[in-house]
Amino acid sequence: MTELNSVDAILNASSNRPQDLIPVLHEIQAHRHYLPEESLRSVARHFGIPLTQVFHVATFYNCFSLEPVGEHLVQVCLGTACHVRGAPRVLDRLLRELKLGAPGTTEDLQFTVQPVRCVGCCALAPVVRVDSHTHSHLTQAKVRGLIKRYQPKEAAHAATPA
Amino acid sequence: MPKLHSVQELQALRTACLQASDPTRPCLTVCAGTGCTAAGAHDVLQGLRRALERQGLQGAVEVKSTGCHGFCEKGPLAIVWPEGVFYNHVTAGDAAAIVASATNGRRPVERLLYQDPVSGERVIREEDVPFYRLQQRVLFGNNGRIDPKSIEDYLRVGGYSALELVLTASTPEQVVDAVKRSGLRGRGGAGFPTGRKWEVMRGQPGTPKYIICNADEGDPGAFMDRSLLEGNPHSVIEGLIIGAYALGASEGYVYVRAEYPLAVQHLTVALAQAEEDGLLGENILGSGLNFRIHLVQGAGAFVCGEETALIASIEGRVGEPLPRPPYPAQKGLWGKPTVINNVKTWASVPVIINRGPDWYAAIGTQSSKGTMVFSLVGKINNTGLVEVPMGITLRKMIYEIGGGIPHGKTLKAVQIGGPSGGCIPASLIDLPIDYEALVGAGSMMGSGGMVVMDQDTCMVDLARYFMEFLEEESCGKCFPCRKGTKHMREILARITQGKGCEEDLELLEDLGWMVRETSLCGLGQTAPNPVLTTLRYFREEYLAHIREKRCPAKVCKELITYQVEPTLCDGCGACVRVCTSEAILGEKKKPHTIDNGKCIKCGACLEVCVPKAVLVQ
Repeated sequence: MTELNSVDAILNASSNRPQDLIPVLHEIQAHRHYLPEESLRSVARHFGIPLTQVFHVATFYNCFSLEPVGEHLVQVCLGTACHVRGAPRVLDRLLRELKLGAPGTTEDLQFTVQPVRCVGCCALAPVVRVDSHTHSHLTQAKVRGLIKRYQPKEAAHAATPA
Repeated sequence: MPKLHSVQELQALRTACLQASDPTRPCLTVCAGTGCTAAGAHDVLQGLRRALERQGLQGAVEVKSTGCHGFCEKGPLAIVWPEGVFYNHVTAGDAAAIVASATNGRRPVERLLYQDPVSGERVIREEDVPFYRLQQRVLFGNNGRIDPKSIEDYLRVGGYSALELVLTASTPEQVVDAVKRSGLRGRGGAGFPTGRKWEVMRGQPGTPKYIICNADEGDPGAFMDRSLLEGNPHSVIEGLIIGAYALGASEGYVYVRAEYPLAVQHLTVALAQAEEDGLLGENILGSGLNFRIHLVQGAGAFVCGEETALIASIEGRVGEPLPRPPYPAQKGLWGKPTVINNVKTWASVPVIINRGPDWYAAIGTQSSKGTMVFSLVGKINNTGLVEVPMGITLRKMIYEIGGGIPHGKTLKAVQIGGPSGGCIPASLIDLPIDYEALVGAGSMMGSGGMVVMDQDTCMVDLARYFMEFLEEESCGKCFPCRKGTKHMREILARITQGKGCEEDLELLEDLGWMVRETSLCGLGQTAPNPVLTTLRYFREEYLAHIREKRCPAKVCKELITYQVEPTLCDGCGACVRVCTSEAILGEKKKPHTIDNGKCIKCGACLEVCVPKAVLVQ
């Protein structure tokens, strides 16, 4: 199934009642890891609403992304418990190690760093979730090792200091 | 399972479930809530199953994954039934020892028992652990006992018996009256009396009527709603069905944060079971009640915790609040009368029916009845979920249940009620926690998040943090909230950078009052709380940033420098390895120095220094 077809398949399986708009966007996001512009146009046609309205919803909610997401999604919890236990320093370190000026996606499309507000594992603070795995009690010293675990083998090798 | 057509059939099913289980058969339960899962609970479960297989004991011993016990700090947690032996920090490697002790009637595995940090003694049963001793687990009591994916387990602990009572012995008016007399108030934020809300809804013309369970738990540091949905979803469903009966609602919605996949999964299973058994659908248990529940996932917007924004989100729009009145009870979802209550409020309903409103009203204080669930997090020894009677003091919460502040540090403040709550200073430690006392202190109950802070937390930085959160989460519909939060955040950031002036404090207070008085919804109306409370209780700390360009907690980067104390440094080089800006100089085995021109003040050297030679000035 091509990627666009998969969006069509999602739309065909859904009604066009207004309350199904957000569930449909969830499905496309789950499938494609972001909402491509073309898919938003298809959604607008399916629901018979202006594209601006779809855009309004897609940009209002944090779960949706209009930009492609890297191979690994790195979610840094900035909830209050993580904040008081040093999460901002962990985030800064992660960005420096990945040579990112701000949260976003690395040039090689390997990692997307995204700060999130509370994943509810406050006892393990500060935590970082990579894909669906939660890493607990992070310190700056642990950050490099964490990235290495998810880097492709060659890249990890190249990144190792001589 | 065949569909149940009457209350008698439900009772017969419960009896059959009870008879089918042998209470003397050993059972190993492992907490598989989000916290314990992240700490490795599934490996433990697998390890236990393998250990049983190896010894050919699969049939003799049951292994069960349960919901959250609350004591996340010590996870993964396991309990051996029927004795109730409580193990903490269990790993897969401990499985063989646990199985051996459980099946051979041997002594408990000593090293896995909870150790009292003060006396050093080992504690065998969960209820004797100090963390649990002062708790009254009315809503969370069954979390550690039942498999959330088994309706049979819920029936065995008396589940759906409140529904039986209501359908056989009460009129809808009597149910509303019972909730009213119990004194139950909304557990999600403002604490509006639930019974009164229900009464307003009952008096409304217009059908259909809707009820909604608000599980959009957006406060960072609060995860009790999630734990209840993950650990005991049927208790919430039962509350909703009773609510539907009392309020004449034909459809219900549970609005869950999309960030809670396990809660969504368990709730989906529970809803399917309830439907299959005839507890949801047409003519429930032959009573004539028709009621269905839909599960709706949020999409990540803090403001959707607000009632009218939540309704907009269910309807497929952006979560922008509407002016009230009309209240949702008058004109809510699709313009019809709608009651919205929090997860814990709905789960309290079966308890009130079963134990009676007078029993419930006897717990708590004059104005705040029943129990409240707090998530105790931050700089505290025993992080976790705590269910206590209303009116308990902060001192008991922090020192007896929470086990005090780690590393011998001192308590500075407690932030209660999420980002829009307020900071209560250590001097108010004997404050009894109820709705009115918290508001009097400038905070609020909110959803019960309780973040403990020690001397290393900068209150100006914390206020900036909350304001940044609220600025991001402000929906932007009304001007005071959209611009006010931004302006306050800018001023706070300026102060943390040492660029503030004393007039800024007055401006912050003015802005705070303006945003509080003129914002459209609860988000804006409470947004200034963190700023106003920190200004009220920690003004000196603001002034230190402004007058002396000094951050007393040594947090604000622009106002601190890092140094190495040569007499303490052993030259191990750990700091050199972790420093990304090559700012640390020195030979091995000799004291190092930090080049402040290159130092970016990330604090990594401080984290790794064993002899504590890195000092912050």
